Amino acid sequence: MNCSDFLQELTDYLDDAIDARTRAELEEHLQWCHNCFVICNTTKKTIEIYRDSQLYELPDDLRSRLRSAIMAKCQQKKKIGSENA
Amino acid sequence: MSTIQKLNEPVSDELMLVRAAKAGDISAFEELVRRYDRNVFRIAQHITQNREDAEDVVQDAFLKAYENLAGFQEQSKFYTWLVRIAVNEALMRLRRRRPERMVSLDEEVKTEDDTMPREVADWSPNPEQLYTQGELRDILTKTIQGLPSSFRTVFVLRDVEGLSTEETAEALELSIPAVKSRLLRARLQLRERLNKYFKKRKAGDAKK
Repeated sequence: MNCSDFLQELTDYLDDAIDARTRAELEEHLQWCHNCFVICNTTKKTIEIYRDSQLYELPDDLRSRLRSAIMAKCQQKKKIGSENA
Repeated sequence: MSTIQKLNEPVSDELMLVRAAKAGDISAFEELVRRYDRNVFRIAQHITQNREDAEDVVQDAFLKAYENLAGFQEQSKFYTWLVRIAVNEALMRLRRRRPERMVSLDEEVKTEDDTMPREVADWSPNPEQLYTQGELRDILTKTIQGLPSSFRTVFVLRDVEGLSTEETAEALELSIPAVKSRLLRARLQLRERLNKYFKKRKAGDAKK
């Protein structure tokens, strides 16, 4: 297995979506290839840091304003629907 | 797709709400809004990169879901179906705002060998130790905004929102290999771009 093969499998490796044999081959490559080891670790960190980043949290006041607007429109639709029924 | 309904407990709970909403119980629908509004907002803002557009997407996506609830076949999770509606609404707004750039989830964005990392350096100390929370958030926002929308969308659904590969494929109407290929490239491109902020500094390097 070379570095290019390793990279092609990286996503499945990180997602634990590979069979045991391929996993063993990838881990064997990681033992001697420092570059792939670093890429694997920093890619994993990239995913974790975005997952934990809390980017674009919905503020509470906006959240209730949006929900009220949505529910008011749904009520309206329901009313029109039942009048037409 | 049979692989989607993996977690029986939340799915059946969600289905009960969906069925009640279909039968006219509007408070059941409100519960579904409460459950997923944060996720829809986050996805919409990642795609549109605009706060006002994201607010509109949240409203329109839930309203569209409500109007079309009778047509929801219950073969997938309600959430996956909702995400599909939200992504379409968000892409529509992105296209409107940037008519000069073609925006499509089908685009195969080819840059020269974008899966081959150019710079390999360990990240040390941890990025969380290197920057304040606000600085880190700015770096992450700026970095992900630079990705092509087709990569960004797959990364957000799969890695930020935690949808499975199958669910992401279903929500975006893409094949599983297409999701995997975009995800790999999104992850590697983000890593490459973050590298300039997080790489281990040699003695004497100035902090950027």
